[in-house]
Amino acid sequence: MIAIVIVTPKPVVNDPQGVTVKQGLASLGFSEVSDVRIGKYIELKLEESSEHAARERVEAMCRQLLANHVIEDFRFDIVRDGRR
Amino acid sequence: MKFGVVVFPGTWSDRDCGWVIDQVLGAELTYLWHKDTDLKGCDCVILPGGFAYGDYLRTGAIARFAPVMEKIGEFADRGGLVWGICNGFQVLCEAGLLPGALIRNASLEFRCEWTNLVVERTDLPFTSKCGEREVLHAPIAHGEGSYFADPATLSRLEQRGQVVFRYCDATGRVVPGANPNGSLHNIAGIVNARGNVLGMMPHPERCSETELGGTDGLKLFRSVAENALQVLVS
Repeated sequence: MIAIVIVTPKPVVNDPQGVTVKQGLASLGFSEVSDVRIGKYIELKLEESSEHAARERVEAMCRQLLANHVIEDFRFDIVRDGRR
Repeated sequence: MKFGVVVFPGTWSDRDCGWVIDQVLGAELTYLWHKDTDLKGCDCVILPGGFAYGDYLRTGAIARFAPVMEKIGEFADRGGLVWGICNGFQVLCEAGLLPGALIRNASLEFRCEWTNLVVERTDLPFTSKCGEREVLHAPIAHGEGSYFADPATLSRLEQRGQVVFRYCDATGRVVPGANPNGSLHNIAGIVNARGNVLGMMPHPERCSETELGGTDGLKLFRSVAENALQVLVS
């Protein structure tokens, strides 16, 4: 199965990339965009058959390495191969 | 007195630090490879600047798993002097040896320029040769040097006097215009509660000879050289 991990800067952390992209969108006429946050997309291929076990493992990976809890939040989905 | 300079794949300021220790200060120097599991009797370990492991994922995120880092953690726990400069500061934060994190500069630019730093602590082994609130002239060279910590951590740092260096103007005033990267409270360097682990974004090793534009950085190396042997490593 595949884990899709999304890491984003915490709301309290200044995200200058997001601010700059928001300004870019506004200059193109997309003035409805009130906020932009830029994060990371991480895809993990897992040799694991139980979704429950996979969730626990990916949660641990996020806490220990994939996200820095001081500045980032994370969320993830587990999907079966080929179902994306 | 022996300095150890850590070399990760991607470290770039190791030889600059080594030059100052060996050629300018005249102290004993050894390089510590990231795979070393022995600190070779060093009295102070320096984590220099660069892009350890390419700064993949986040700055310092992979470096903290290097075998040498486990020994550095134990050394710090025993009271040994650990000094992270630039990328080394980022590694120390990722390793949990210092609180907070360093994020993208507010300008989104890699800033390579001279800064002024006001010294807020002179009772540390790293700063004893600096004057009270002395202003040091030192260069920075980083893209991710904006210091961040949550409000509770930040107020704890301030209450305990763990902020060692702040970006300031030439007269020592800590003003927004002197902040090159968006660091909270103009923080350029912090120390752990025990006072033996220092992290700083500016590069003292690049301002330790007049040929390079200044010698303020040498005050820090001289402080460490004078104090390291008196630091009790239990």
